[in-house]
Amino acid sequence: MAARIQLRRLAHARSGDKGDTANVGVIAYSRAAYDFLVRELTAERVAAHFAGTIEGPVERFELDNLDALNFLLHGALGGGGTVSLMTDAQGKVYSTALLRVELDVPEDVLASLPERAGPPEGT
Amino acid sequence: MSRTTLRIACGQGFWGDRLDAPVEQVRRGPIDVLMLDYLAEVTMSILQKQKSRDPSQGYARDFVPLLQEIFPDVVAKGIRVISNAGGVNVAGCRDGLIEAARAAGVSGRARIGTVTGDDILERLPDLIAAGHELANMDDGRPLSEVLDLVESANAYIGAVPIVAALERRATVIVTGRSTDTALTYAPMIHAFGWAWDDWDRIAHGIVAGHVNECGAQASGGNCLVDWESIPDLADVGYPIVEATADGPFVLTKHSGTGGRISPAIVKEQILYEMGNPAEYITPDGIADFTSIRLEADGENRVRVHGVRGRPRTDMLKVSIAYRAGFKAVGTLVYAWPDAVAKAQRADAVLRERLERLGLAFGEIRTEYVGWNATHGPLAGPPPADLPEVELRVAVKSEDRARVERFTREIAPLILSGPPSVTGFAGGRPRVQDIVAYWPALIDRAAIEPGLEVDVVEA
Repeated sequence: MAARIQLRRLAHARSGDKGDTANVGVIAYSRAAYDFLVRELTAERVAAHFAGTIEGPVERFELDNLDALNFLLHGALGGGGTVSLMTDAQGKVYSTALLRVELDVPEDVLASLPERAGPPEGT
Repeated sequence: MSRTTLRIACGQGFWGDRLDAPVEQVRRGPIDVLMLDYLAEVTMSILQKQKSRDPSQGYARDFVPLLQEIFPDVVAKGIRVISNAGGVNVAGCRDGLIEAARAAGVSGRARIGTVTGDDILERLPDLIAAGHELANMDDGRPLSEVLDLVESANAYIGAVPIVAALERRATVIVTGRSTDTALTYAPMIHAFGWAWDDWDRIAHGIVAGHVNECGAQASGGNCLVDWESIPDLADVGYPIVEATADGPFVLTKHSGTGGRISPAIVKEQILYEMGNPAEYITPDGIADFTSIRLEADGENRVRVHGVRGRPRTDMLKVSIAYRAGFKAVGTLVYAWPDAVAKAQRADAVLRERLERLGLAFGEIRTEYVGWNATHGPLAGPPPADLPEVELRVAVKSEDRARVERFTREIAPLILSGPPSVTGFAGGRPRVQDIVAYWPALIDRAAIEPGLEVDVVEA
């Protein structure tokens, strides 16, 4: 059994910029959630999520020590910095857009989440 | 030196951060060092422009009245203040500080250290002629392509000159474009006598600097995890690094202040503006962020250890800013019912007007604040019955006149566009200069011999 839920139930995140690249750090709420995200939240999955929004490739780095993944979204900021015409020219809230990703999460991963992550939505 | 711990407090995460944060850091508990980061990527070009209009300007002006306020505390408690507030006019900032020391009644009891040599704007033609291409790290273009448009150019310098100023007993150290992280780890290297090739200890300092440099973002501000329950952000305690001679440190804040320091919050800040976590490069070494170990160490304390480092590279990063045209942003607010449909119609009218006027732009971007401005297509279709939406149209062009003409096409929409429109009290949009960022690398041998450290009595 798996439940289709949003990434925000499994992880929190923070984002920032380096030129025209946005970075999104995704921090899992449990070790089991991290292991699941390593398998499922691939660079390809994230690139597909942002298709039509970002112009460049997506890179992923694993921080096994922090139960975290770091994504670099290239060509995400309309030129970046003062060049960009976007409201979010510095990618400050790109993290929240990534937390919309929907994943089929197994029950044991759901059971591993601390209460603060809230009840899973949907089935 | 024989110290075993050193408390390094962050007082400012950027120019414009909470004005009284450094005052609180100095007065609400014990600290040894106050560091203040004033410089973002484009700040140097803003400062350069201010200096070209008035040669006495070009530094973070807020820093001088701040020091006037805290000088008596700093002197009485023996606190060292380290900041990159000098911008492109370190000497001007120093002169202001000497005045401030006098006004604060600490003349003769404070020493002002300055670090210069990072500003290479005047040297660019010579450097290029000598074979330093200063190619754009993002796309490889040589700097010669935009040399005539350059507004500022500064090398990110490291801890060596700051440590030299500390050795000469400077109370306040003002630099130009010091690397943000060096403002935190330089006093560690000085206090603990670390060798310059003690890469693991320096790497701990780099991580401490990265976590410390963004102010309250490490202590509960702008933190997503459990944000609803983070207490008293109106009195948030800015972060303090409790460094130890072996490298491991504790991130904490003054007791009795608001905010929170937890492993989850520190993890968020570690990942902020992160590139490849295995190689976080600074002028003084490379830190491997995948080796960081951290855990809670009591209330509002997180212990960080285990960081591995690698030798510094032969290159320094250079931050160059150049003029890249003009832009303007126009906004109008549309009210229920059918707020989004009205705003979309207004956007269509505006675009047709611009076309009829023969105004082509490098880019026109429309966003609907309240619906899709931050998440774009991921926001889905507009929610039914949205109470209001802000139409936000932005343009850019190398031709200032076109952008100026655009700014005169927003207000007419009030009477000649779709109905239920308001929110134009701010008047016509402002034409803004676009100052683009050009990251490059340069051989450190071209910079470091030109660095100067000076310490004077205030």
